Amino acid sequence: MTETLATTPTARPRAPLNLRNVLIRYGFVTLLLGLIIFFSAMTRGFASPQSAVFVLQSVSITGILALGVTATLVVGGFDLSIGSVATTAMMASSYVMVVMGGDAVTATLACLAIGVVVGLINGVLIVYMRVPDLLATLGMMFLLVGLQRIPTEGRSIATGMSMPDGSVANGTFSPEFLALGRHRFDFFLPSLLPVSVVVLIALAVVIWFFLEHTRFGRMMYAVGSNERAAQLAGAPVNAYKIGAYVISGVFASIGGILLAARLGRGDIASGNNLLLDAVAAALIGFAVLGASKPNAFGTAIGALFVGVLLQGLTMMNAPYYTQDFVKGAVLVVALVFTFALSKRGKR
Amino acid sequence: MVEEAMFRVEGLRKSFGTIQVLDGVDLDLRAGSVTVLMGANGAGKSTLVRIVSGVYSRDAGTMTLAGRNYDPTTPAEAMRAGVVTVHQNINDGVVADLDVATNLMLDRLSGKGARWFFNRRRVYSEAREVADRMGLAFDLRANINELTLAERQMVAIARAMSREPQVLILDEPTSSLSSAEADRLFALVNRLKTRGVAILYISHRMSDIRRLSDKIVALRDGHISGVFEGPELDYEGAVNAMLGRRVGRGDLAVSEGGDTVFTTKNLQIAPGAKPFALNLRRGEVVAITGLVGVGKTVLAEILFGARKPISGEMRLNGRPYAPRSTHQAIGAGVFLVAKDRSDSGIVPDFNIYENVSLPFLRRFSPYSVSNRKAERLRARQQISELGIVCRTERDDMSTLSGGNQQKVMVARWMSQKAELLILDEPFQGVDIAARRDIGNKLRVSAGERATLVFLTEIDEAFEIADRILVMSEHTIVGEHRNSNVDVTQLLAEIAGQHKVTNLD
Repeated sequence: MTETLATTPTARPRAPLNLRNVLIRYGFVTLLLGLIIFFSAMTRGFASPQSAVFVLQSVSITGILALGVTATLVVGGFDLSIGSVATTAMMASSYVMVVMGGDAVTATLACLAIGVVVGLINGVLIVYMRVPDLLATLGMMFLLVGLQRIPTEGRSIATGMSMPDGSVANGTFSPEFLALGRHRFDFFLPSLLPVSVVVLIALAVVIWFFLEHTRFGRMMYAVGSNERAAQLAGAPVNAYKIGAYVISGVFASIGGILLAARLGRGDIASGNNLLLDAVAAALIGFAVLGASKPNAFGTAIGALFVGVLLQGLTMMNAPYYTQDFVKGAVLVVALVFTFALSKRGKR
Repeated sequence: MVEEAMFRVEGLRKSFGTIQVLDGVDLDLRAGSVTVLMGANGAGKSTLVRIVSGVYSRDAGTMTLAGRNYDPTTPAEAMRAGVVTVHQNINDGVVADLDVATNLMLDRLSGKGARWFFNRRRVYSEAREVADRMGLAFDLRANINELTLAERQMVAIARAMSREPQVLILDEPTSSLSSAEADRLFALVNRLKTRGVAILYISHRMSDIRRLSDKIVALRDGHISGVFEGPELDYEGAVNAMLGRRVGRGDLAVSEGGDTVFTTKNLQIAPGAKPFALNLRRGEVVAITGLVGVGKTVLAEILFGARKPISGEMRLNGRPYAPRSTHQAIGAGVFLVAKDRSDSGIVPDFNIYENVSLPFLRRFSPYSVSNRKAERLRARQQISELGIVCRTERDDMSTLSGGNQQKVMVARWMSQKAELLILDEPFQGVDIAARRDIGNKLRVSAGERATLVFLTEIDEAFEIADRILVMSEHTIVGEHRNSNVDVTQLLAEIAGQHKVTNLD
């Protein structure tokens, strides 16, 4: 007996296992599993690989954006411009291929460059111009929404469209580019996994590893938690903050590339919901496993949660116009989990 | 007693949890007189002010105002009774986006009996009256943003005075003012004095105290440790009473130190300050002491690369040392345990081992991939070496007591080899036992590096230092080896009388 008392403290410290802590820790994951079981029982076809892939595909683009915005949340910031970065990237890739006759690689590189540049500008506005993050990225959002309409005078981009100068755009989306939106990899079943889902999973793993298992990620969390302490511990705080916005911009532009490839045209009206859905997923992620902080795993689960819920409800014939209500309700519940129940609220 | 006190506090007690902050405080304030309250950090000054101004309730004791029982339960009640407090943070006393007139009348715009509609002309005429009475000569239409700090301070005081208080409490009013600005404030204080207001003036600045005080009260560890009155005030005695005279513990083996690690030449740390030289040796613990605001933290930040000196050069192990960032300082082996751990040290979302390894993550992370096992091992060693009371190295910082949190901060910077370890007020908000642990650890491990500790309390310097330097007005004014220290001389230097003694 005395030996057990004298052991060195190596056991993982856990808050006492009372109902409240179990709820905080596993509540959301349990809810997700419950939903999956419920929908599998109630509808035919929900519990199938095709349905699972469909769920993943439906959340892939918002999920990628959400993973990017998670990086800015980690450093204590916020990025409202991700939706418009994605749509700008979509328009830019269409413009490069359809109007300028470029190939898939050029279009992709142009999009990524847009993501980097917008991220840098956001970061500089916030760090050096001292514009509050919400306002800087809100301004950037407006700017981009307007900017993407200027080259075509507000028209959507598709092959054969007439340009402002009267000519006709004869370029086409290159097949390689369209494959990003339409190709499916074989995975147990032939032609199962769409490219966007593979990209989502890959990026989720990358950002998760970056945030949880590299010193850069740890420093970003330190910056978000106590900026001055991080600075006095030798962290180049400004570089980390700008870096977070660049990550966010690049992820958003990847989302835009996939969106363009899926639609096959530069649709001026698409992507309206991207921002809200992505932010919701990242915030729901706070509640996953009781993290109470932005985290990549939680964000991925948050995106998945919304996807499962919407897919299930759709299969149970819930009308489409209830979707936003459902998402909002989930977000509010998740925020209550995060702030009211967990340690964050007790500060 | 020639004159009855306007405001009297008797046997005031207050404790937070198990900590007795005020332990039977008596205080008299007379009409038309300035009473200066001196006290080191944590002596209980701010608690006393908060009780008198109705923010905190007291555990025991009585307060009387003009002979009547005074028992405020809210700040508004204290104000209505005639006790007005101007707090340290100037911008708490004014609303930045409004003009001077509205600020002066702010208290009359809300509360019982306030008018529903804002009558600009009326507000201006009333504000003019208040400003004239106080001798304020600036444009009432000016926005607060356009005023200097001193002017804002005066608006805050005038606003307080518009209620015709009997007692005015000024909490470190000059802490962010230049000396010219302070002069204007003193003129105002003298004006109020002639109008018969009883003034309690809280300050660390000896120059202020010399200018204004009719009486000095020193507060130490929750009780009054000295009251000084009469035509010739004993300033040294007051500093002594505030800091407490307790000469070295005797069991300290004072070290001469080994080779020189760090030197400065003609280092000027503030505009107009006298440049100075500093010489720190391996194996030696040097304490720099001095009152609050004399440049201790400024110097600490300069050495750590968080701030640039005005001029002068620094050398580390003989090589020029001019860090442009904290990152470079850490790379060179200069570490700082910063003052005010909750603001500048602790990362609250991180647990103990993550807080310990934070500055040295690169060393723990081969190919930048973090190795938590190694970090935890290092933290565990530090926990046992410093005697940090916790369950495991994965405990949240919020579960630790103040003393243990400070130990974690010290553990962080002792977890790797330093050339120069700087600690800025490492004993702030730390209990006696933890203070002793940290002090012992500092001395035991001092051999490998130079150690520089900034301390306001001279007791603490006597406890841990081999050599004590005194700082005043952003320069070094005295040096003492910590054996048979001439305490009178030391106190005189702290009190800023080095020039006078030099002349003698």
